[in-house]
Amino acid sequence: MKVFLQGNEACVQGALKAGCQFYAGYPITPSSEIMEKMVRVLPEHQGVFVQMEDEIGSIAAMIGAVWAGAKAMTATSGPGLALMLENIGYAIMTETPCVIVDVQRAGPSTGQATKPASGDVMTARWGAPGDYESIALSPWSVQEMYEFTIRAFNLAETYRMPVFLLADEAVAHLKEKVGLKKNINIVQRAKKSEQPPFGETAGNLPTSMPAFGQGRKISVTGSTHDEWGYRRTQVPAAHEKLVNRFCNKIRKNVEQIVEWETYEDQDAEILIVAYGFTARSALAAVRLARAKGEKVGLLRLKTLWPFPEKVFSGIGPKVKKIVVPEMNQGQIVLEVSRFYRGSVIYYNKTNGQVITPQEILDCIM
Amino acid sequence: MNNNLNKYIRPEVFPTPFCRGCGHGILMGSILRAIDELKLDIDQMVFVSGIGCAAWIPSPHFAADTLHTTHGRPVAFATGIKLFNPKLKVVVISGDGDLSAIGGNHLIHAARRNIDLTVICANNNIYGMTGGQMAPTTPTGARVSTAPDGSTEPAFDLCKLVWGAGSESDSYIARTTVFHARELIKYIKKALTHQGFSFLEAVSPCFTQFGRRNQAETPARMILDLKKMSVRAKKADELFKFKEKRKILIGEFK
Ligand SMILES: Cc1ncc(C[n+]2csc(CCOP(=O)(O)OP(=O)(O)O)c2C)c(N)n1
Ligand SMILES: [Mg+2]
Repeated sequence: MKVFLQGNEACVQGALKAGCQFYAGYPITPSSEIMEKMVRVLPEHQGVFVQMEDEIGSIAAMIGAVWAGAKAMTATSGPGLALMLENIGYAIMTETPCVIVDVQRAGPSTGQATKPASGDVMTARWGAPGDYESIALSPWSVQEMYEFTIRAFNLAETYRMPVFLLADEAVAHLKEKVGLKKNINIVQRAKKSEQPPFGETAGNLPTSMPAFGQGRKISVTGSTHDEWGYRRTQVPAAHEKLVNRFCNKIRKNVEQIVEWETYEDQDAEILIVAYGFTARSALAAVRLARAKGEKVGLLRLKTLWPFPEKVFSGIGPKVKKIVVPEMNQGQIVLEVSRFYRGSVIYYNKTNGQVITPQEILDCIM
Repeated sequence: MNNNLNKYIRPEVFPTPFCRGCGHGILMGSILRAIDELKLDIDQMVFVSGIGCAAWIPSPHFAADTLHTTHGRPVAFATGIKLFNPKLKVVVISGDGDLSAIGGNHLIHAARRNIDLTVICANNNIYGMTGGQMAPTTPTGARVSTAPDGSTEPAFDLCKLVWGAGSESDSYIARTTVFHARELIKYIKKALTHQGFSFLEAVSPCFTQFGRRNQAETPARMILDLKKMSVRAKKADELFKFKEKRKILIGEFK
């Protein structure tokens, strides 16, 4: 079924399709349409909506609801994401599946509330203190606002962790035709399980997510704990094991998580690496360059975290240089340079305006 | 310890981490007695706590679903649990610093919403766990590690704070001390059975961090002193008239 939707509305449709039953949030541009839509549609889907007193409370209530058995999400933008970081760490530590939508706007701080940016890429990777791996998806279209929201829920369930949908104002406020899916795989939570609540199963995956109220007497803590949730803060091996598990559940499954696509890359001598709204301009730049006979291709990242290291270490000698346009002062380009040893060119724009095809063209020609 | 209560406690958690003279152990026992006397199904209860000594009352002790959260946030976590599964009885047990300093915003908004949670605040007038720093409940003049010559700030009356935040609703608000153990159990029972928001302040001394700095003779003396310091409210509205320094007004205020 095709419908005409705004990016933020498509995100809500995706959440409902994925089985979201709880939303807690605090208003912030450019994400507010998500909560304003949620308050209307969630009750029709037996879900619960609450507007909390701040973003700290929003993410806390969301995590609480997940332990009560819900699939849940919240949405925000930079200043709100900053407030959520402590409990993002808590969700990582307690292996609580949930979805955090960050509709990025130009920061730091209040910045340009209504303008797009990609300034939170590293915050999504490293924002919460401590050691862990992160998952972040980067949609470039309204269709992907829908599909990636569903995928974010699925990944959250599989890896039992918070998953970021790192949108930007331009994609979130874009209106496009969206194909709503009928048959799409939705990862369901086990009804009841006797496995230890914080254990490991085959493939470095966490044991199934339990719920309160089933007589399991679950101990959940943000302190270092063993597989039964008992505090083990004085046991070096317990902390080591826990942190290794948080990292390995992602590192050992990178191939299952990372997604990217290429355009015109077979004979490309110049490769543009882009994501989010910027990738739309990058594709237009490729077409313009090809029309002039230039061998330019695009590698579009759909997942930013975990970073697809192997893709970059495997780029052959035909490629002479990589160009990374970003709506920040250079974030993903740092990762690109870590794994691609050839020449890498930055193109950065941080004035709240999207990057145009011509600007990308100018820096490759 | 009453053997009847052993079933509510995880066997592996003894000895408890509380210092000698800490009131938190009496409060813990009182909460379990209240649950036992009410014959509540503990498997349909969730205990949520923040960070601090008081937060350790339910986690790890209680053999129940326990959510030991981040500092100041337990009321917000509890809100999410209760909203999604209203059948669960959700109880927050945390410290004065946790609930009224860093977490004050969540406390007042839960009171305003009159959400069906029971919040039990173990008030030792200090940050116990982190070494005796000043809390919003530290009485003016009391010595703490971050006000070594005595606090110059006025203190919160937590019951007044919660009353003000939820004045439009019919929440339950009461205060007593761990010296008054029978009354404490009675108030906990009332709080647990109240429909809507309930707030119980349990004054619980901390000899290690507060008593030693403020001329308390012994841990036991500090608990006995609670009797002398307590003044019983005969009417609920005494909460707003009470002016006596170094005294604790106890009773039910709403
Ligand atoms: C965000 C954050 N800030 C500070 C701390 C350090 N901290 C741990 S417990 C605590 C105070 C606890 O005091 P209270 O809630 O009164 O409990 P008590 O130990 O007195 O029972 C503080 C400041 C923390 N864990 N998290
Ligand atoms: Mg305290």
